[in-house]
Amino acid sequence: MTTQAGHAASVDTGAREALGSACAEVRDATEADAVDGVAPALVARPGSVDEVAEVVRAAAAHRLRVVPRGAGTKLTWGHAPSGVDVLLDLGGLDRVTDHAAGDLIVAAQAGTPLARLQETTATEGQRLTLDETVPGSTIGGILATNASGARRTAVGSARDLLIGITMVRHDGIVAKAGGRVVKNVAGYDLGKLLIGSMGTLGVVVDATFRLHPLPAASRWVTARADSPARAMELAQAAVHGQVVPAAVEVGWEAGAGTVSVLLEGRESGVQGRVDDLSPLLGGDVEVGEEPPAQGATYPWDTAATGDDRATALKVTFALSGLADVLATLEGSPAVLRGSAGSGVVYAALPSSTPVAEASALVDRLRATTTRHGGATVVVDAPAAVKDAVDVWGPVPALALMRRVKDQFDPDHRLSPGRYVGGM
Amino acid sequence: MGAEQIEAVAAVARRTLPAEGVIDDRTRLRTYECDGLAHYRVTPALVVIPEDAEQLGAVVAACAEHGVPYVARGSGTGLSGGALPHAEGVLVVTSRMREILEVRREDQRALVEPGVINLDVTKAASGDGYYYAPDPSSQQICSIGGNVAENSGGAHCLKYGFTANHVAAADFVAPDGETVRLGTTAPDAPGYDLLGAVIGSEGTLGIVTTVEVKLTRLPQDVRTLLVGFESTDQAGAATSAIIAAGIVPAAIEMMDALAIEAAEAAVSCGYPDGAGAVLVIELDGSTADVDAEFDDVERMCRDNGAFEIRVATDPTERALIWKGRKSAFAAVGRISPDYIVQDGVIPRTALPEVLTAIDELSRSSGVRVANVFHAGDGNLHPLVLFDDAVEGAGEAAEKVSGAILDLCIEHGGSITGEHGVGMDKAKYMPRMYSDEDLDTMQLVRCAFDPAGISNPGKLFPTPRLCGEVPGRHKGPHPLQAAGLAEVF
Repeated sequence: MTTQAGHAASVDTGAREALGSACAEVRDATEADAVDGVAPALVARPGSVDEVAEVVRAAAAHRLRVVPRGAGTKLTWGHAPSGVDVLLDLGGLDRVTDHAAGDLIVAAQAGTPLARLQETTATEGQRLTLDETVPGSTIGGILATNASGARRTAVGSARDLLIGITMVRHDGIVAKAGGRVVKNVAGYDLGKLLIGSMGTLGVVVDATFRLHPLPAASRWVTARADSPARAMELAQAAVHGQVVPAAVEVGWEAGAGTVSVLLEGRESGVQGRVDDLSPLLGGDVEVGEEPPAQGATYPWDTAATGDDRATALKVTFALSGLADVLATLEGSPAVLRGSAGSGVVYAALPSSTPVAEASALVDRLRATTTRHGGATVVVDAPAAVKDAVDVWGPVPALALMRRVKDQFDPDHRLSPGRYVGGM
Repeated sequence: MGAEQIEAVAAVARRTLPAEGVIDDRTRLRTYECDGLAHYRVTPALVVIPEDAEQLGAVVAACAEHGVPYVARGSGTGLSGGALPHAEGVLVVTSRMREILEVRREDQRALVEPGVINLDVTKAASGDGYYYAPDPSSQQICSIGGNVAENSGGAHCLKYGFTANHVAAADFVAPDGETVRLGTTAPDAPGYDLLGAVIGSEGTLGIVTTVEVKLTRLPQDVRTLLVGFESTDQAGAATSAIIAAGIVPAAIEMMDALAIEAAEAAVSCGYPDGAGAVLVIELDGSTADVDAEFDDVERMCRDNGAFEIRVATDPTERALIWKGRKSAFAAVGRISPDYIVQDGVIPRTALPEVLTAIDELSRSSGVRVANVFHAGDGNLHPLVLFDDAVEGAGEAAEKVSGAILDLCIEHGGSITGEHGVGMDKAKYMPRMYSDEDLDTMQLVRCAFDPAGISNPGKLFPTPRLCGEVPGRHKGPHPLQAAGLAEVF
């Protein structure tokens, strides 16, 4: 682990003073602040949007590299940054700024934990239909990584729910796009560009979402599958049935697994749909209110760090590719879980897996998913694996993406190196 | 921009496209002078109608090489002048790219060319039990490419979302003539969501040449209600009650007395006599859910003063209920020689207040306003009526129409929910967004189209010339210095 002293020297006194006057809370970084092993010099914890803007402006003036952080639950995703001068801790921006229940919208600052936002909206019987895939995740972190869970089958992911965004640009300018009404086609949708951009285009400080009613009843209907082909049959039966599944999850390990369908809504409606669905899944099903064991979460230990991390993969495919994806895992110790209903699943290899084996599985999955209209991305992994594989894989339209990056971050100081193509 | 550059592009087009795909005859060019917003008219210098992506790409590449602006046009049904031609530019018409290439039920996807008509996607998928969810009122004639440009919605986007939620991937010709694939069949393609930026960019970032759309499973059951109220206040209160109860209908549409009168005159839809407002409410889903929701919705309507509730019992009755609503814009022509279709959005809870304010505007100005709107999501379509033969009437109507947009902005809404900014509303953008906001959006424009040749003059009021990289170069932009680009 790098020591802070060596890096602190890279931020000169002038820069340090500028940051200090931009933000009340600036301190030297400690080892705990490292971003995937890369130690920042300073940590700034602004308490307001204006302070974020001041910090970013000061960083621009002194050409400092900035990595934003929420709760830090997914900060090791992607590549390690090529360098960090200032870790921008957004934990101080943790307010739900607007909840208009009658309009079914909520707005929150980037550092707000999703769980707290959900507590607020639940008081009015509403929810933001985004799953908390890692405990403690913040709104900003979820947007930066485009994290999604089981319920994306019915309502989509962050890009389908975000309606307005406020960002701080590389030069400290605060800009908004969208608004606080669901229907709005005025101007470019900057929110979509920022989602999943890993902090490389700007710093999201506030986001507005559309909400859905909290369902009164929910049931998980689970069927076992003993072959990839059977798992796909079950998933296809669930999506082609008229049962409006909120989620269609697959769990797979050692050549067998389950397909679980989540039905949500009114009690009478849900019961009716359970009755419709069960025969579609072959009749031999378990029905319960709780997700199946280990279901609907990432198949890796999200608390593990450093070399103890699993090799964590995000695997996407057209729905008809499910059987081939599962078959590709044959003979590997990988555990797979995720949304068979939307074609976004996650696979994990234990940290003990030899690098060559992990790398070979990535290659095989990449070949399969490319054939089936998707992609395989190494979300997180021990450093040795990240070094050995192409973390992001081939990305079409990369040249155009670089032009976007050059416009939004001409000096490449925002989360440098974490993203596709070394951006 | 000179005739010489246009001629250079025309030469490429003549080499690449069949003869009937290149139009440079003055009379024929004039048939393309406007889109659905007919009071803006500009005759393009050249019209090309490519048959495939390759031909289209060749024309755009020639435009890039010679610095000639171009505008894409689908069916030309847009209501904001987004496809208004450029007098010294090329109009690229996609109406010959009209093939549905694949329908893949197992993947819930269809691959279509941009000129394909919206409703034809649903027709092609319905045999498999699927449909294409976004349903603008013009769905019988509007094209998927136009829908992508405008991020079109429709009556059912309350529950199902807009075009942006239903497009997985697209082949895309960037303004430099390069063709790239944006997105993948699967969600979450790695890298920036450029497709998300392109959808709704009104043709200012480039042109899509194939679109992979998501298909939605047809619901087991659909129940459509037509509910008569004495006033829009009552209808608004019923709408609020339904939403507050946690019901998300597929659609809740409202029409006021004047809009009803127009629809009756045009299509004899048989809406309740004497109604001050009607709601068209549609519930869909599994039969069990729809049954339960239906009882609640019916009760909430009665509790809020509904005097007549009709339920469509078959597809014919359902179609008749929708006919009145979907023909509302055109129907207004029966009660007024001229009219402006406005499109603004307010938070739904502000509905009573804003309707009262529109009513006051109408009274004080003497300009009649018929209200048709997507009540569920606060998307207003006031129809501002006037007679152009009366001196000053057009200006008075324009003024009322603009004041309605101001009301939307004051209430935290938007200047457009689905018709787009285009030519018509660019001047309103600074009322909704700050200079910084607009400047930031321009960064996207500059990344995609640094020379500013893709549908210039639309969407933004005062676009800046794209610098190479901000802060790194000073002085005039090289293209400007070379006389190849203008500041627009």
